Amino acid sequence: MTEAKAKRSSSLPNLTRYLTPPVIALLLAIALFLFGGVISPGFVNPNQAINIVRLAAFLGIIAAGQTLVIISGGEGIDLSVASIVTLGAILTFRLTDGQNELILPVLGVVLLVGAGIGLVNGLGIVFLRIPPLVMTLAMAGVVQGLILQVTRGQLEGDTPDLMSELIAQPLIGPLPGVIFLWIGLGIAMWLLLERTPYGKMLFAVGINRTTATLSGVRVPLVVVLTYAMSGMLAAFGGFVLLGFTDTVFLNLGGRYLFPSIAAVVVGGTLLSGGKGSYWGTMSGALVLQLINSLLQAQGLPEATQSIILGVVLLVLISIYGRQRAFRL
Amino acid sequence: MNQAKFRRFLARNSYLFALLLLVVVVLINYSRQDNLFEPSVLNRNIRVFLPLVILAAGQAIVIIGGGIDLSVGAMVSLCNALLVTWITPETAGGDILLAITLVALVGMAAGLLNGIAVAYLRLQPIVTTYATSFIFAGLALTILPRPGGELPRDMTRLYRRLIEVDAFGNIPIIQDIPILREIPPAFIVIAIVLLLWAFVRQTRLVQYIYAAGDNAEAAYTTGIPVQRIRLGTYVISGFFSAMAALALTMSLGSGSPTSGDAMTLDSIVAVVLGGTRLRGGQGGIAGAMMGVVILGVIRNIISFYDVPTWSQTLVDALIILIALAGPGLVRYISDLIRRYRLQGGRAA
Repeated sequence: MTEAKAKRSSSLPNLTRYLTPPVIALLLAIALFLFGGVISPGFVNPNQAINIVRLAAFLGIIAAGQTLVIISGGEGIDLSVASIVTLGAILTFRLTDGQNELILPVLGVVLLVGAGIGLVNGLGIVFLRIPPLVMTLAMAGVVQGLILQVTRGQLEGDTPDLMSELIAQPLIGPLPGVIFLWIGLGIAMWLLLERTPYGKMLFAVGINRTTATLSGVRVPLVVVLTYAMSGMLAAFGGFVLLGFTDTVFLNLGGRYLFPSIAAVVVGGTLLSGGKGSYWGTMSGALVLQLINSLLQAQGLPEATQSIILGVVLLVLISIYGRQRAFRL
Repeated sequence: MNQAKFRRFLARNSYLFALLLLVVVVLINYSRQDNLFEPSVLNRNIRVFLPLVILAAGQAIVIIGGGIDLSVGAMVSLCNALLVTWITPETAGGDILLAITLVALVGMAAGLLNGIAVAYLRLQPIVTTYATSFIFAGLALTILPRPGGELPRDMTRLYRRLIEVDAFGNIPIIQDIPILREIPPAFIVIAIVLLLWAFVRQTRLVQYIYAAGDNAEAAYTTGIPVQRIRLGTYVISGFFSAMAALALTMSLGSGSPTSGDAMTLDSIVAVVLGGTRLRGGQGGIAGAMMGVVILGVIRNIISFYDVPTWSQTLVDALIILIALAGPGLVRYISDLIRRYRLQGGRAA
């Protein structure tokens, strides 16, 4: 169908075909970066670029599960990612207590805990028909409450040295490990969405649950699995984030909550579900991080930064985040 | 009453579960605090709830119309900042009314921006109102960089003091009910909002809001101006946010650039607790108001049961989760029972 459309618009056949939302977002990121060089000299240099990609990587990893949930449709959204990120980081901090040999087993525990929380989200949404927005919001409160209950505000533990070496510090040349991790995740997510039966079913569920059911997709299973994966990926995001922050605090993940949704939307994934890609989310994360870095580099007051960010976000989502027009 | 009729009755009166829950939590609270129904105690509780009660009513109208407004908290912050900037302890009565009117207009203008973006530019409500919330929060921070400001004493006193009513004079029984002799001002505000809503509920315009939220395409084809209706719901939400900010400012007596931020998500939870579905087209503001009181009373109960400080968040969140799951749980179990019966019937 996209081919047919491309053929019809004969003047720019190739351009329109390749100008998909993820590509637009990526071009936008590059343009923003160069624009940064124009308004503040010295912004464009390799170190700055690497730093921005590194910061975007954390948002991108955290937004991976959000992408899946939003594609699954049915008002799908996951507001529990932020507290699961915090939980993942605190668990890693506490359980490894700085011991390198415990990293892998603890990662296993962290992923299981995250998947478990996501599983409860999915069960509540599918079987108790609680709207995803409030289900995951309430779950965020429960997770935050669990963290307070268990830690009593005493965040004891340590970050294994190996983690910050592998994640945040230059690993190959000047490139830190998290960038490779992010690219790896990008490939894995592409395979998951485009090359597995699960991916096909996920898009089918997102487009129309009734037709998906009629074509033999077990919709409840797919949806529950998607929320479980979102929880698992958020916990993984917390694990990775710890390698960067080296320390934990009670609201570590808080500032990633709505950006994780914004990254998905800026990347061209429809909030109504059924259409989207993780490449888009990756580009979206880059764009958001660039805007943030640009605003900070200007040394503007916090209030002005906030207003500009709001306006830029509005412009970004109006490029292709538009819904269908009514037709008679 | 047969089952189908009963189900329809439940669907029409979506706030019934909230009402039941409200009675339960109030009784639990009462069992621990026997002076709960004394006018002064009731007043202290309800005046704290009032800002969120008003906010949730506005949120409910947007949600019924098929949208959602994540900028309500930021609009409250903005209006709170404006109120304490424009009103000082020396401001004269007429100027205070002018300031309040202007703030109401600012709230409606903020809502208008949301409405234009969602209804006419056809942007997705969640991300749009999230983006505009940054604009409003930034404006609030520009106007009032740090917490401060002070309202005239008379304004805060007006909000706090019970209103003495002589209307029931010497009628026996009624004159012995303390709460009918001394009425918290917040009750009067809530009563006015509910009466207005009951009054407009059956008008064509409000029916249009429900129709637009239930099925926008169908509403459009039957000639309902869906875009204008959607725009209207956001303007109403902006107005309610300004009024919530007025209540909050009178309750606190001062301002803060982030005063309303935490209220956004609570307002949505309250709407859902009140039986309004997030998909739109159904529900009402009475349920949303009950939802806010339920949330507040749950927090009261937690403090009265001496729940350890570190467990309070968890207990609070678990109770809210159970309350949210309630209707679904009832439906799930009744479905299971029906299926079991059907199978039994087939076997026999």
